[in-house]
Amino acid sequence: MVQFNAQPVDASFAALSDATRRGVLVRLARKDASITELADTFRMTLTGIKKHVSVLEQAGLVVTEKVGRVRTCRLGDSRLEKEAAWIERYRQLWAARFDELDNVVEELMQKEKARGRRKK
Amino acid sequence: MDAGRSETVVTNDTEADRRSERELVVTRVFDGPARIVFDAWTEPELLMRWWAPKSFGITFLSCEADVRPGGTYRFVFGHPDSEEPMAFVGRYLEVEPPSRLVWTNEESEDGAVTTLTFEERDGKTHLMLRDLYPSKEALDEAVASGSTNAYPEQFDELDVLLKSLQ
Repeated sequence: MVQFNAQPVDASFAALSDATRRGVLVRLARKDASITELADTFRMTLTGIKKHVSVLEQAGLVVTEKVGRVRTCRLGDSRLEKEAAWIERYRQLWAARFDELDNVVEELMQKEKARGRRKK
Repeated sequence: MDAGRSETVVTNDTEADRRSERELVVTRVFDGPARIVFDAWTEPELLMRWWAPKSFGITFLSCEADVRPGGTYRFVFGHPDSEEPMAFVGRYLEVEPPSRLVWTNEESEDGAVTTLTFEERDGKTHLMLRDLYPSKEALDEAVASGSTNAYPEQFDELDVLLKSLQ
């Protein structure tokens, strides 16, 4: 059984505090990508995305390898980064649901207002 | 994607964490009172409008929910990649409008117990959803399967495809 050690969790926590970096993990969970591809996906400069990848690499979440002129990024092999990517997908599912729920809540409030606030 | 994110300010961002070895916690703030948000979770015709987000390409086929302690629910979904519909089934354990709702997830033996709390502050509802798995192994297994909350992985791919077509 793989242990869920506190230390790597702490180390990766800062890396995961940024939405772009979480997005990079989700992207890499689907498929390896070059720095250029990541920059395109996230509409960032090469320098900008390199900084994010570097933080993820230092936290041990991402591994990069340079072949010729292309640096390829992939998710590390341990359970931790797979888990981080999974939690981000789980979050995205709920976020998508809740964005729709916002509309339902707004509509119900308007209906209630129209009924003249009969309830409290 | 990164716009204005802050860890301290109250925002409407959806947050998700593995809070412990066997639990996941999702939080979100809604611009409305708790009784309205609670209704949206407990009235089937309202639930159907948001539970299967359009951006995920899922279709809600039917929704039965007997929302009282011991009552059962059955949500059935379809999606383009599968001929077989998928069903989410379970039982409500606690129903305390408008502040608390607890139900089981019985699609598999190792399903989580979901606890929802609705806390109203200044007219906004602070929602906390907690999925408590029976064991660390059960949650590890859910993570390892790659499937988020019983949704097949294809949904994520489909989501990307749909976005690229827009």
